[in-house]
Amino acid sequence: MVVRLTSPDTAARGADGVTLAADVLVIGGGLAGGWAAIAAARAGASVILVEKGYFGASGVTATAGPGHWWVPPDPAGARSQAIAQRNARALGLGDPRWMERIIDLTWRTLPTLAPYYDFPTNEAGVTQFRGLRGPEYLRALRRLASDLGVRILDHHPALELVADPDGAVVGAKGLRRQAGGDWLVRAGGVVLATGGCAFRSRLLGAHNNTGDGLLMGAEAGAELSGMEFSSYYTVAPARTTMTRSMSYGFARYFDADGRRLEIAPGPDVTRALAAALLRGPVLCSLEDTPQDIRAVMPQVQPNFMLPFDRMGVDPYRDRFEITLTGEGTVRGVGGLRLADDDGGVGVPGLYAAGDTASREPVAGANSGGGAQNSAWALSTGAWAGEAAARFARRPTARRMSRGEGLGRVGLRPARRAGAVAPGEIEGAVKAEMLPYDKTVFRSGPRLARSLETLEEAWKASRDHLGDGAADRLRSREAAAMAAAARWCCTSALARNESRGMHQRTDAPASDPRLARRLRLRGVDRILVLPERTVGREEILP
Amino acid sequence: MIDLILTSRCTGCNACVIVCPTNVFEPRGGGPPAIARQDACQTCFMCELYCPADALYVGPDCEAPSPTDEATLLASGRLGQYRRDSGWDEWADDPRYANQHWRMDAIFARARAASARS
Repeated sequence: MVVRLTSPDTAARGADGVTLAADVLVIGGGLAGGWAAIAAARAGASVILVEKGYFGASGVTATAGPGHWWVPPDPAGARSQAIAQRNARALGLGDPRWMERIIDLTWRTLPTLAPYYDFPTNEAGVTQFRGLRGPEYLRALRRLASDLGVRILDHHPALELVADPDGAVVGAKGLRRQAGGDWLVRAGGVVLATGGCAFRSRLLGAHNNTGDGLLMGAEAGAELSGMEFSSYYTVAPARTTMTRSMSYGFARYFDADGRRLEIAPGPDVTRALAAALLRGPVLCSLEDTPQDIRAVMPQVQPNFMLPFDRMGVDPYRDRFEITLTGEGTVRGVGGLRLADDDGGVGVPGLYAAGDTASREPVAGANSGGGAQNSAWALSTGAWAGEAAARFARRPTARRMSRGEGLGRVGLRPARRAGAVAPGEIEGAVKAEMLPYDKTVFRSGPRLARSLETLEEAWKASRDHLGDGAADRLRSREAAAMAAAARWCCTSALARNESRGMHQRTDAPASDPRLARRLRLRGVDRILVLPERTVGREEILP
Repeated sequence: MIDLILTSRCTGCNACVIVCPTNVFEPRGGGPPAIARQDACQTCFMCELYCPADALYVGPDCEAPSPTDEATLLASGRLGQYRRDSGWDEWADDPRYANQHWRMDAIFARARAASARS
């Protein structure tokens, strides 16, 4: 198969940029954004998809190999059993109704990609839909979206949403970073699918995942939820980005003196490895990997061996140093709180999908791992795209409404501009969000100190970050990371207990009274609003 | 991070300029693009996957460059490794490089079983 590349948009050039219009604007070209654009186009809408990088190579799916939550409708009871198991792991914060919804939609939707993705068959000749290789998956989504008429604008990062005087979102603005100038897209409905925030941890494929959609959504009035569930880490060879963890199921770990560390693969591996890494270097051996698996790995995960081969390391023979890479809200849980079944965030015209939306309904207090997360991205993308298309074509829709840009911090400094560089803010945020002693082993006092530091970074950003001369994208990304960090720490401080991936050394047990989600409202001043109910069940006082 | 574009192989197609998620490359009229923003490279290897001429080399270290040269790379046999192992383009019909990602579930299950035994 020959790779076909679509050239960057050349329809309208000019230093001052372009103004475009569509029924639906999708911001972000990853798994969720791709499905959102496809669903909106299938619903008959005209669709523009803007992507910071390239729709096909950007984001954490393109570099990975997502499995989907894949449970056949037969035999009867299989789904309810899978849901019961998953809901137990959600530790009181899940919603079986949402789990059922994403299992069902994923089952019905994924095979529709067959004309664009060569789904393999196993030895028995059964077509394998569940797991897809990332680059091929994203390439397929791009081709399908393109064939459905979606206008794809690569290297068009969004900087801010645009709202009408009533607060309804009517479009967005951003940069054409290759073509030059700015873009403005007026749209009847806008889907935020910018991914989560990994705080520039060097998580594979996550450099662009700076929480932009979280900030844009909150500026428009959306709430967040589950931001304390942002402490997921993945093992990788030190000084590499290769956070592909499957092979570490066979890992043995050693300290710098060659002593075996008793760290069994499993759910507690992160805390044990983080504790060991706080003491000193940790080495890994994959020598227990069976020979037949070694042989097939390059065709299962073709990127897994690249760093090893290039470092001259045989991971099945040599011991190599490892690190833990923070995933923030990417394989964490938190994000914009969905206010309805359609991916709406409670702001007219605005929808969220994938990692940009809080996954608590299907993951609760634990990461959904690949499977729930991919099914969530596909499903919320499809619902959001469809709902945005419906909203845009409602009889009362006002076409081409005028609006104001909602972006503040990182775009329009309140005081004298230019006194703080984006790199300074980014560095301050990383120093609070990535170290193991601050995020894997949280405590009230440490979180309070982090919040003080982040508050100062936020004030500096608000007052001075981003002026005419600054790199507007970097400034805005730094602001988004600072905002996400404040939400994570605020929520983690409020959840004065341990639950799932959120572990507090000063409150190691779960508190039954906190078996509820924590909503956050506000960008500058943050309010914590504990939910009274989870799903549709009332919580007893 | 990205270390080298091999001028002897690059056809100037600018595929890497288009697909690079972090906009590392800058086109240079007809010839090989420039690695204009090396520090923005996220070491995702996507440029290698999309380079039909196997003219790019991304070093393993994501924190610092791994300086190398064309002769070393051409002798290494590593150029085009990712594209070949992915079964892209001219490798699509070669059964040795067929997509076996679907075996992931079985591999996870065997890892769990192995750890339960140990």
